[in-house]
Parts: sequence; structure tokens; C-alpha cells
Amino acid sequence: MTSIITGAVAPMELPAELEAAEQIARPPQSPWGIFWREFKKSPVALAGGAILAVFYLGALFAPFLAPYGMESQSRELSWAPPTRIHFIDAEGRLHGRPFVYGHRMVSLAAKRYAEDQSVVFPIRFLPRGEPYRLLGVRLDRHVFGVDQPGRIFLFGADLYGRDTFSRILYGSRISLTVGILGIAISFTFGLLLGGIAGFFGGVTDTIMMRLTEVLMSIPGLYLILALRSVFPDDMPSDRMYMAIVGILSLIVWASLSRIIRGMVLSIRQNEFVTAARALGMNRLRIIVRHILPNTLSFTIVAATISVPGYILGEVALSFLGVGIQEPQASWGLMLSQAQNVSVLQRFSWVLAPGYFIFITVLAFNFLGDGLRDALDPRKVR
Amino acid sequence: MRSYILRRFLHLIPILLGISLLSFFVIQLAPGNFLTLMKADPQVSKQKIAEMERKFGLDRPWPVQYGLWLKNIVLHFDFGYSFANKRPVGALIRERLANTLLLSLTAMVLAWGLALPLGIISAVRQYSWIDKLSSFFAFLGLSIPSVFFALLMILFAAKTGWFPIGGMESLDYDSLGFWGKVGDRLHHLALPALVLGTGPMAGHMRQMRGNLLDVLRMDYVTTARSKGLSESKVILRHAVRNAINPLITIFGYSLASLLSGAFLVEVVMAWPGLGRLTVDALFARDLYLVMGGVVMAATILIISNLIADIMLALADPRITYS
Repeated sequence: MTSIITGAVAPMELPAELEAAEQIARPPQSPWGIFWREFKKSPVALAGGAILAVFYLGALFAPFLAPYGMESQSRELSWAPPTRIHFIDAEGRLHGRPFVYGHRMVSLAAKRYAEDQSVVFPIRFLPRGEPYRLLGVRLDRHVFGVDQPGRIFLFGADLYGRDTFSRILYGSRISLTVGILGIAISFTFGLLLGGIAGFFGGVTDTIMMRLTEVLMSIPGLYLILALRSVFPDDMPSDRMYMAIVGILSLIVWASLSRIIRGMVLSIRQNEFVTAARALGMNRLRIIVRHILPNTLSFTIVAATISVPGYILGEVALSFLGVGIQEPQASWGLMLSQAQNVSVLQRFSWVLAPGYFIFITVLAFNFLGDGLRDALDPRKVR
Repeated sequence: MRSYILRRFLHLIPILLGISLLSFFVIQLAPGNFLTLMKADPQVSKQKIAEMERKFGLDRPWPVQYGLWLKNIVLHFDFGYSFANKRPVGALIRERLANTLLLSLTAMVLAWGLALPLGIISAVRQYSWIDKLSSFFAFLGLSIPSVFFALLMILFAAKTGWFPIGGMESLDYDSLGFWGKVGDRLHHLALPALVLGTGPMAGHMRQMRGNLLDVLRMDYVTTARSKGLSESKVILRHAVRNAINPLITIFGYSLASLLSGAFLVEVVMAWPGLGRLTVDALFARDLYLVMGGVVMAATILIISNLIADIMLALADPRITYS
């Protein structure tokens, strides 16, 4: 009655209630079906995934979502606080459209501002603003904004009067992609080299393992900084970005390939590997097609939980001043403004990117936890 | 066992050679020649430069320099001279290493001191509010980036004035009595140790909770209960003792991870440790200081991993090393 291959029930042969019972007893059994069914059970993992989806979409559409450009300055509004959004004006009238007041300088030396309640700037939906390119299209509409000379700073402004919110969005394009690009590189190399070392053994294995041992014996940040010093301090931002990704990948690669090697050592004892060998299959093909797919569930979880490491690596380098450079935006670079205690104390919104880093790391950990539970083969289903 | 430990110690030698060779090579690749930098510095005496050139072969190719550097360490325990600090590297590192160890060990005591009781309570009272609350904070603690946490703590210290903002001692430290000095040091230690210890604390707590939950399901716990032992005896004498075993290995590794973690905390919170020293040395292209810092940090990491392995072997009779 039930097809062995698909698990589908032929509807004609069963009465309705029996059919329903059959479906409950036999939920879809494809690997992805099982995975999704288990994954759905964890609300935190779903929440983590949802947050990350929002953040990554935010990074993709940053120029559209940000009211201002990444480098757009208003020097007269240095360290302006987060702009308050009002519905009711000073005379007590209710406005249909939320609005902000203009800024009025109270003290130039202390960088203190007050609201100038004589001018009202309604918040506009899809106003024209600075032109930008998005996915190859030239546009000048932003999702929200206020008319000039009004300014809306959701998370305040920095030293040069740049909008922190806009820069967080632009910065996420760097801070969030470092991890994705990094795992793509280190996992490709880690899987391949770990697989080769585990499969072939011998001299290849010995050399690889000694090298990874040396790399892993140097505490992470010491190694990152030493490697960073190889590159000149004043590289263009795009090359600096690639250098950071490369350095961080090299470090993750070492520990990853050791684990993969260990797994391959045990997988290669299986009969299907002997069978593939007996059939005269190319050895690299055996590794890639037969052995590595068996490490997939580990790899997916490991990839997810290693993304925060990359994000924090970029943050550390940029924070120390040897990563992404001004006027580019990255979360670590923005946070480095908080190194000055008096800035931190008076303009505490400089910590805003820190909250984003925190939430991102938390979301990846939630997601990784959910994936681990959902992919655990030992789990009773 | 003894031969295992001996072998592990011998194994350290090629690893350390590899580390030092790799870092020497990497630093040589870095742009900017520090010899010219040093010669341009009027504060470094000609005599010193001549001495360094003779001793370390500064004008020779880098493999020769590496050989001389190594020879000086092995024969004279001389780690070279720091041009930026105008002091021998060995003394500088000793001093800073002590600070890093103080910070790491305090964080470790804090982490374990809180993690074990909280983990036990969470397991015994599974799904109670205290379990849920500590699980929640454990997740936050595991995820909060240390840079951000450190900045939050500096902000807290600056706003309340309850704690000093960075540094290791007050200006009047030298005039204080013994207990005054201890108090002042602890006052400065509190926030950095908290920042550094939170992540490990959260991790160990979850581990302790998980282990104890597993053990509580075992038959011997039921046996202990059924023979009428008090609940506290069942848990502390029978369950916790077995649950704590896997944590012994983590103890060694946790020191290693604290030492790497201390790096950023030191830099952000102005704690004068090895991490800060190495960053400053890197920026100043202070070759021998960087080398000393990296090699020293790696040595500690390897030794703590070794201690972890030995502790595991001692704690678990099922593991044999021959």
C-alpha cells in the first residue's frame, strides 16, 4: 500500500480515517523532511534563523534602508544624540504622520543639543535622497527620511555627524559577510585537506598534522595579529577585507581539518569505501563523493557555530585599528570609537554596533544549537 | 604514565621550534625594516646597536638571525632586547606574564566558583525558575563579545564610579599597606575578571548541569535513594562526584582558553598583561618582543593542554597511555 521509495499512500485503497492514521504514523522520511520536522520544534533556533534572515536582508538592501549614505557627514551635528520621534507637537496637536524636530546646539564644547521645536520635519516614506546602486540598478529612493535641513539619527551620530544607523547597515555588509565568505574558504580547504590527510595517511598526514598543531598552539589573537602584520597598514579597504578573511580562514582551517581527518579515518574503514576502491574509482572522487558527505551533519553545525568566530575576529582587528579603515564602516571599527572613555561616557550610543554584534552572535548560537539537535543521528525519532 | 608525560614533554620541543620558526618567518615578511627604524631612533645608543648586531646578526639573512636568536635563548636564556621599551625582553615578559596569569587565574576561580554550584542547583531543580534564569544568562554569557562586554563594564564603572576605569593599580598604590595593596589590586581586578570569566562560567555551568542530569538517571543514584540516604548525601556524595569527572579535563583547557581570551580584555581594559605588550610591540615593530610574546603565549597554551591531558589520565582509570 505504501510505496517503499516515496512513503506516499495510494489514496484509493484506504478509507479516509485509516488514511489519516497512516499519515500520522508515517510522516515524510526524506532527510530534509526529518531535519525540518526536528528543527521546527525549537522556537529559539527558529528565532535565531529569523533574526539572521532580517540582518542579512538588511545588509543586502543597506543603501535603500539607510536614510543616509555611509560617508555622508554633517559636521555641525557631531555626536548628536538619537533623534526622538514625535506624534504630538509642543502645542499638543496630534500629527497624522510622525515627525522629528530640528537640532539646536546648546553647548559646542560639550556637544550638547536640544530639540528646536519651531521646525517640524515629518518623516517621509520613500523620499528621494542620495543616489546609490543596488543590485546594479541606480536608485535614489530611501525607505524613510526627513526633508533637508532636518536630520533623523535613529541611533545618534558619530564624531563627524554621520548617522550611526546608516553606518551600522553599511557596516553589516562587511561584518556579516566576513563569516560567510570565511567559512566558504576554510571549509573547502579544511574538508579537502582533512579528507586527504585522513584518507592517504603517511607522510602527507604527518606533515599536515604537524602544521595544524603548530598553528593551533599559538593563541588565536596572537596569531591573527602576527599574520596581520605581514600586510601593510594602509591597504585599500577591499584588499584589507580579503586579507582579514584569509587570515581568519587559515586559523579556522587548522582545527577543522583535524576533526575532519579524524572522522575520515573512521569512515574509510567502512565497506562502501572498500567497494568503491574495488570498483577502481579515482581516490579523490572517493573522498569527495563517498567520504565527505558522511561528515555533512557535523560540517553544517560546525560551520554555523564558527561564523561568530569570524565576526569577532573582524571586530577585534578593526577595533585594534588594523582592520577595516575609515571612511568604510564595519561594526568593529565603529565600536573602536568607544575606546575613549569620555566619548563612551557622554555619547553612549557609540555602543550601538556592539548590540548588533551581540545579537548576531546570539542568533548564530541559537541556530547552531537547533541544527545540532535536528541533525543528531543518534536522536530517537 | 611517567613515560607518557616524558614523551609529551619531548614532543613540546618540535612544536615550540615550529611556532618560533613560523612567527620569525611571518614577522620577517612584514613590511618595514626595524633595524633602520632603530638606527633612526636617537635614544638607542650606537653601542647597543653594535652589540645587538654582533649578538643577533641583525644585518644577516633571516635564517641566520633565527639561528642566533635560538642560540641565545638556549645558551644564555636571553630573549633579546626590546627597542621600544629599552629593556631586555625576558624581564618585560616575566613581569607582564605574571599580570596575565593573575587576571586569568582570578577569572578562572570566579568562573568555577560560580559555575559548579549554579550547575548543580540547575540540575537538581530542573525546569525551576532558577534553572531557567541561569540557562538564559548562560546563553547570554556564552554569546556576549568580550570587547563589547568590556566596554559596557567601563561605561558602568565610569557612570557609577564604583570601580576604577582600567589599569591595574591606583596612583597611590606604592604608599598603601599590605592589605591596602591587596584590596586595591582586587578592586582593579574585579571588572576585567568578570568580563573574562563570564563566558567560561556559562560554559562550565551548562556542562555541569548536563553531566549531573545524566548521572541522576543512573541506577546507583536510585539505589542510594532507596537505601534511605538523605537527598543532599545522594547528590553531593554519589551524583556530583561522578558528574564532575569530565569537567576535570576542561579545567586544563579552560586555562588555555582564558589566556587567549585575556588578550582583548587586556587591551580594552588597559590591563598591563602579555596581550597588551604584544600588541604594542607589533605596532612598534619590536621584533624580539613580539617573538617573545608569541612564543611565551604558545608555551603556556601547550603546557595547559598538557596538564589537561595528564589530569584526565589521572582522573579516569579507564584511560591508559603507554
